[in-house]
Amino acid sequence: MIARLRTHALPLGLWLLALAACVTVILHTRFIADLSAFMPKAPNARQQMLIEQLRDGIIARLVMVGIEGGDAASRAELSRQLAARLRQDPAFVGVQNGEASVETRDRSYFFDNRYLLSPAMSAERFSSEGLQAAIGASVEKLSGDAGLMLKKLLPHDPTGETLALLEQFAGGQQPRQLEGAWASRDGTRALLLVQTRADGSDTDAQAASLERVRETFASLPAHQAGHRLLLSGTAVFSVTSRERIQSDIHRLAIGSSILVIGLLLAIYRSPRLLGLGLLPVASGLVAGIAAVSLVFGNIHGLTLAFGSTLIGESVDYSIYYFIQRAAGIEASRFWRTMWLGVLCSLAGFAVLLVSGFPGLAQLGVFSMAGLVGAALVARHVLPALMPQQLQISDLSAPARLLDRIFRSLRRLRPLLLAGALAATAWILWQGDTIWNRQLNALSPVTRAEQDLDMALRNDMGAPDMRYIAALTAPDAERALQAAEAVGQVLRAEVAAGRLGGFTSPAQFLPSRQTQQARQQALPDEASLRSRLGDALRELPVRAERLEGFVADVQKARQQPLLSRADLAGSSAALGVDSLLIQRQQDWLVLLPLRAPAGQEELDTRALEAALQGAGQSGVTVLDILEESTSLFASYLSEAKLLVACGMGVIFLLLLAALRSLPRALRAVAPLACAVIGVTAGLLASGTSLTILHLIGLLLVVAIGRNYTLFFDAGSHAGNAEQQRQVQVSILVANLTAVGSFGVLAFSSVPVLAYLGCTVGPGAFLALVSAAILARDQDASAH
Amino acid sequence: MPSTPDLHARLRRLLGAVLLPALLLAPLAAQAAEWPAAELFKLLAQQKSGRASYIEKKYIGILDKPVESSGTLAFTAPDKLEKRTLKPRPELLRLEGDKLYIEQAGKAPLNLNLSSYPEVAAFVDSIRATLAGDRKALENSYQLNLLGSADKWQLILLPKYTSMSAILTRIAISGRQGEVQRIEFALADGDHSEMLISKVGP
Repeated sequence: MIARLRTHALPLGLWLLALAACVTVILHTRFIADLSAFMPKAPNARQQMLIEQLRDGIIARLVMVGIEGGDAASRAELSRQLAARLRQDPAFVGVQNGEASVETRDRSYFFDNRYLLSPAMSAERFSSEGLQAAIGASVEKLSGDAGLMLKKLLPHDPTGETLALLEQFAGGQQPRQLEGAWASRDGTRALLLVQTRADGSDTDAQAASLERVRETFASLPAHQAGHRLLLSGTAVFSVTSRERIQSDIHRLAIGSSILVIGLLLAIYRSPRLLGLGLLPVASGLVAGIAAVSLVFGNIHGLTLAFGSTLIGESVDYSIYYFIQRAAGIEASRFWRTMWLGVLCSLAGFAVLLVSGFPGLAQLGVFSMAGLVGAALVARHVLPALMPQQLQISDLSAPARLLDRIFRSLRRLRPLLLAGALAATAWILWQGDTIWNRQLNALSPVTRAEQDLDMALRNDMGAPDMRYIAALTAPDAERALQAAEAVGQVLRAEVAAGRLGGFTSPAQFLPSRQTQQARQQALPDEASLRSRLGDALRELPVRAERLEGFVADVQKARQQPLLSRADLAGSSAALGVDSLLIQRQQDWLVLLPLRAPAGQEELDTRALEAALQGAGQSGVTVLDILEESTSLFASYLSEAKLLVACGMGVIFLLLLAALRSLPRALRAVAPLACAVIGVTAGLLASGTSLTILHLIGLLLVVAIGRNYTLFFDAGSHAGNAEQQRQVQVSILVANLTAVGSFGVLAFSSVPVLAYLGCTVGPGAFLALVSAAILARDQDASAH
Repeated sequence: MPSTPDLHARLRRLLGAVLLPALLLAPLAAQAAEWPAAELFKLLAQQKSGRASYIEKKYIGILDKPVESSGTLAFTAPDKLEKRTLKPRPELLRLEGDKLYIEQAGKAPLNLNLSSYPEVAAFVDSIRATLAGDRKALENSYQLNLLGSADKWQLILLPKYTSMSAILTRIAISGRQGEVQRIEFALADGDHSEMLISKVGP
């Protein structure tokens, strides 16, 4: 034993060193679990930046809260109590629920600062003629249906600035009011909008904030058994999907470990062999995690969950090694076959590296490093630790049985070929409809959660942010000025009916330049009085009734210019914060656009052209929905190409190794059958294929080729006894792969579930097809 | 000369004989003289639809003279009311169930839920429920008082709740048989408005 150790000292030493290095790296690794890693990256840096901003900016800090159960009055009371508590809580920046107090603050912000905020302000408006026209229009409005409500404004605001500035927000929807608080359209839910202090990217803090909301709600005095709290929004999505991913990781790791350990124990019936068998697996996992950490700086929870499949793949090496060594198969031949298998797997996983999903790239690095590590350990470390005389339980009885089964399976060959042909025809006949182009098909957020989010969003009247005009500027003042310039063009588009409306941060907080210009447009007291006298000559209003107006205008001339601080506590603050965003280098302005009434779509190209025509070339008009859909389509075609390349490389590797085209084709035939069979099965069960299914098919080929290779190698191997042992090892390896990918199929994270339900059945089909297509004369050398 | 207590007793008897029956009969007399509200609401409910033109005058304190507007009204039982202002500025107000739709020249149309604006709801419901002959809906927000006869009646609506009486002191609706001819609003701040309605067709 000592002598053996000495001869193997180098590989053992290197192995221990490498393990220590990997563990050191892992100890410094950051583990993340946000879902964005499994959403595709945008190809264009500018779009990517905007989408990130939407995801991580203030939108990600907004939580939509719904209260259900009880009656409308009790829900409204809960809404007020919850809002009052959360406003005291430092974890939250703001709470809105349509309460009169906030509405009053909003109204007073807009009314008190109307001369700095109104887009109608100009020097002409305060000339005699301008005043006459504006006051005349206001008087005329009094005759309308809203007249009795507008009349209160007239003595202080005869030119109608408050209305002019509020009209900018018309068309944007407000939630319905019920019992003095926001409610859903059908009136069965009270609604609140909560803004957390924590950043959208800080999932821990977001989780704590959400928990605060739940705890606070449960402790409210008006809370009764029938009341329920609903939460939705980006923060909720990231927190729940992280929880889901974490519980998945545990479940998958435990499930596949039990499966593999059970299987190995059943075969080896020796704890020592089991320990040795798991050695390459453990080493591979460690190597994989360390590699991902070094390349990406962090490791995603899902990558770890994917580790269970690595177990399935790398445990094969020790299984082949033990069983084939026990059967006395020549080592060099065996290792040649194995390295070829490793190369094929690497070719399969390499495709993940270049896929558009950052999370899948991690999986690629993880699997490649893990497989190489596991194979090296199986090749160089296992022999050093192996007992002199390998005592493996006698498998000859099951081996004979298996051989008989495989033999009888060969009769099914015509059936398999006919079935494969029929399935191919069926798949081709369905054409392009087999692909799923929905981006959210990959989202770990469940259908029910997405529906709830949509429902709350609709009730809120929240802008769906589908159409956005975006621009950047070096500082806040210039950003607001640019927003005003763009706003002018957009207003013309609204007037022409080509645009339904838009929201701009400058509507809540104009640039200082504009505020100054508006202030300067206001006349001094003496000129205002004399102009007012002229203006009122023809109107049924006497000047002495407008003393409040004269006083307010004088106040506005002197008032300090508005800044962000003046917005505190009003809903305008949210408007500015979400649309005017400070970034590391510059400021970003977002202007959500609304399609014209009765129209779903907006012609973004025409709008961009109109903006360019007006000299506003720095503005991008985005259709977020279209961007992401076209993005997804481009990823799908990219994935098709990559998967085809991966399969091509695997075929070339086989061809190079087998040095015979017919043998290579024979080795590939079962894989083709498996791919066709799985695809047909998925489609028949009503699944439309995503990028992940496509990648799964590639993995079926990468893993399945092990079986065909060993069948091929087996068919050229010496005696029948060895042949039967090979079959046993293939079956065991297959069962571990099917099991570990099968476990993935039960993941609640679609990305993993899709891989699992493709690769699990695919691997099994590959084995069965390989057995069916194995050639009698090769196998029956007994 | 009867003693003082005797005089008192006789006076009491006299009062009892004359005043008590009078007191008892008074409500009956009033009811007999006035037209029962149930009759009015029956008549109103029979009008399933109607079209009319109107002229509305608003007397607003800050203005030296009333502002006038005119247009058409259309009602379809049970809950559809359309007020189309033609002069001086075209405006359309359509009420159906809980939905209020407002269209003003040069502006995006507005859709509102009446229940979000209980005061507005009480306002418009005073007219709609009267036209529909829906006594229950009126009594939800107002105390009713009917004066006059079938040929010349006046229905006075007094707000029941302070939220409403802070804005509106009284609504007076008058008409002839099942036809509403005049609606007056008296506001809490002293302003008032009157609307004259002339029927055009069913």
